[in-house]
Amino acid sequence: MSARRRSTAAALLTLAVATATLAGCAEKKDDKAGGSDAVKINATDTACEVSKTSFPAGHVVLDIGNKGSKTTEVYVYAAGDKIVTERENIGPGTKATINAEIKAGSYEIACKPGMVGDGIRQKITVTGEGGSSAAADPRLAAAVDAYRTYAQQQADATIPAVEAFAAAIKAGDVEKAKSLYAPSRTGWERTEPVAESFGDVDPKTDTREDKLEAGQQWTGWHKLEKSLWADAKIGDDEKKLADQLVNDLKDWQKKIPEAEITATSMANGAKELLDEVATNKITGEEDRYSHTDLADFQANVEGAQKAYELLKPVAAEKDPELAKTLDSEFAAIQALLAKYKQADGTYTSYDKVTEAERKTFSDAVNSLGEPLSKLAAAVVVK
Amino acid sequence: MDAENAQAVENAQAVDTAQQPRTPSASGGAVSRRAVIGWAGAGVALGAAAVGSVAAATRQDDADPAPAAQTGADVPFYGENQSGIATPVQDRLHFAAFDVSEKATRESLVKMLKEWTKAAAAMTGGREVGTGAANGLPEAPPDDTGEALGLPASRLTLTIGFGPTLFEKAGPDGQPVDRFGLRTKRPEALIDLPTFKGDKLDPLRSGGDICVQACADDPQVAVHAIRNLARIGMGTVNIRWSQLGFGKTSSTTPDAQTPRNLMGFKDGTHNIAGTDAAGLAEHVWAAPGDGPEWMTGGSYLVARRIRMHVETWDRASLKDQEDTFGRTKGEGAPYGKAKEHDAPDLKAMPADSHVALAHPDANNGLMILRRGFSFTDGTDGLGRLDAGLFFLAYQRDTRKAFVPLQQRLAASDKLNEYIQHVGSAHFACPAGVRKPGEWWGQALFG
Repeated sequence: MSARRRSTAAALLTLAVATATLAGCAEKKDDKAGGSDAVKINATDTACEVSKTSFPAGHVVLDIGNKGSKTTEVYVYAAGDKIVTERENIGPGTKATINAEIKAGSYEIACKPGMVGDGIRQKITVTGEGGSSAAADPRLAAAVDAYRTYAQQQADATIPAVEAFAAAIKAGDVEKAKSLYAPSRTGWERTEPVAESFGDVDPKTDTREDKLEAGQQWTGWHKLEKSLWADAKIGDDEKKLADQLVNDLKDWQKKIPEAEITATSMANGAKELLDEVATNKITGEEDRYSHTDLADFQANVEGAQKAYELLKPVAAEKDPELAKTLDSEFAAIQALLAKYKQADGTYTSYDKVTEAERKTFSDAVNSLGEPLSKLAAAVVVK
Repeated sequence: MDAENAQAVENAQAVDTAQQPRTPSASGGAVSRRAVIGWAGAGVALGAAAVGSVAAATRQDDADPAPAAQTGADVPFYGENQSGIATPVQDRLHFAAFDVSEKATRESLVKMLKEWTKAAAAMTGGREVGTGAANGLPEAPPDDTGEALGLPASRLTLTIGFGPTLFEKAGPDGQPVDRFGLRTKRPEALIDLPTFKGDKLDPLRSGGDICVQACADDPQVAVHAIRNLARIGMGTVNIRWSQLGFGKTSSTTPDAQTPRNLMGFKDGTHNIAGTDAAGLAEHVWAAPGDGPEWMTGGSYLVARRIRMHVETWDRASLKDQEDTFGRTKGEGAPYGKAKEHDAPDLKAMPADSHVALAHPDANNGLMILRRGFSFTDGTDGLGRLDAGLFFLAYQRDTRKAFVPLQQRLAASDKLNEYIQHVGSAHFACPAGVRKPGEWWGQALFG
């Protein structure tokens, strides 16, 4: 369990930091670190001392010192061990600073000497309202609401698609299951950063074989992908896994109303979708058996574009040049993908995409990803 | 000289002093004590902002590059000619060739070149790009990637060149397309290089619309420079190929020992010295009337990735190796002579030896300024070192220098048994950016 949670945390690192550093904190890092308002965390091999257990909501600085002999990590958990922010790999004798935006509520701070287990926990209370520009700017609040609605729609639309995929597997129809594999992933791929923010859903549904933790049972889409394409057979295990995939995704569908979504996490989520494309799709690693990478690629881009479009009214006002660049880069990458769309709506199998074409995709992803990485600051910094 | 010094100081003062040097102390620790004293003695007032210019003094006037090399000082970015050509050769190279992206326009390209120029001025001065690596907004990715934090400028030079395909490039139908309205500005000397006998060129390691040569004494500084320029350029240019180099194989400081290539030989001992103004004017810098005005003060760069078959070379007898070069392996002396810098007697060496064919005396005095580096890109999958020479040569007119020389070498050089040219590119490197506010390519696009 904890091993699995840790892998999620790793995948979530940028999102957590993103969710964390919201709004109005345009002052230099140096000014914030070590300030008198900072919450000091003294981590040792046996203790996790927190200098105050109650502090006001809003921008919170955690100054961590690892006085122990083991490398540690520090998490802030909301109810149900939902990660609010975290920092891994804090070496013995070293310090680290976490900047986080934390809403009022009850939390637990966990130090994990040796980076294993549930950690040494300390309950904390965050009080009051706290200010953020998302709250201050009603357009951003509206964007967050609209994005949550979008995420919910994507999940709602995924369930029948994945049920159809599961039904084909349970009917033992390999060809039909293959044809329903990529469409069952679209909603998920469009909103992946949100999905990844829920502890165990992502490891159960979307883990690739080489990313398994020791002892973790391989379940989800990619296990079924391997069975369908590489092994070309459906057995009892696959039928069970198909049912489990449906159930796990229903779990995801139910959790969306409680997802931590902020303007910053939307913007950084968009960037992360492009990071996903850059590291997993361009290389053909994501769908290595089915070669349906371009379908996922398309969905990632669409999801990123949706988040951007919702934030655009603010982005275009604060940084018109960035908005212009993003408009043109989204259009360019959509046009490039359109060239690979077949008459039946599927995409060219990625094993048929040449190295030169992959470089073109890679260049397009860099061209979009680089300006997209500037969206969060453009939107939330006053 | 005095005028040039004054100009250098003025330039340095005009540099944005708000940017902090990457090294902490006020004086940057970037200037050698010797150099400062020398200049103070010459009556030059040294403000903190003038730090960047002091190394200028050592560039072309001090035959011994050691003070700058030892202190990691900066080479001035601004000047009549681009630095990185006559500059004493640094220890490390990161060379990158870029293609301009399909959707880029002349306007977006110019915008990027201006941004590049600013970043290049900062990095060659040992400063961070933009708002730096750790001082920007916490919500935004840092402007500078940060791996050069705390490192001195390390004599970093950044030299830009424009390839033939920037001026016209074959379109989808094979017809040349003038993407940026530059066709008429293409210098005649910027030819599409002919195919030489024995070439086995990989198109993915050849050509390019734009190149940047980053040389520094610290590889991390050179890599940082290319990485940050590539990042700034994303959306406008894409890296087509790049090459890391180590162990300079040529020297533009004649008093120094000629470095050895990966075959263990000193090659190119008779190079053009960075201090030899007459030689540079005759062989390296394009002069008024040579071609389009925008290239005056510039130079043509030929880059060749030359793979060495080191395994078979290592099995060759010492005599065979020495016969191949026409030099002794130990001292590097030409056949029949005692010292490496002794004038060679070409008749004393085998007619097909490398020196006999390449020496200026055998080529009507033809000279090129060589600035090559060794490379080893791991192994080739067949258990052989993917190693060789990344040959870089600057010249006033490629048609009269590299082309005839390489035709001669490709036809008869005994060395060809052990080498293969696998990458090739040609660039027109314009004159220098003379002062802040000017930008790379201004004379071409302006």
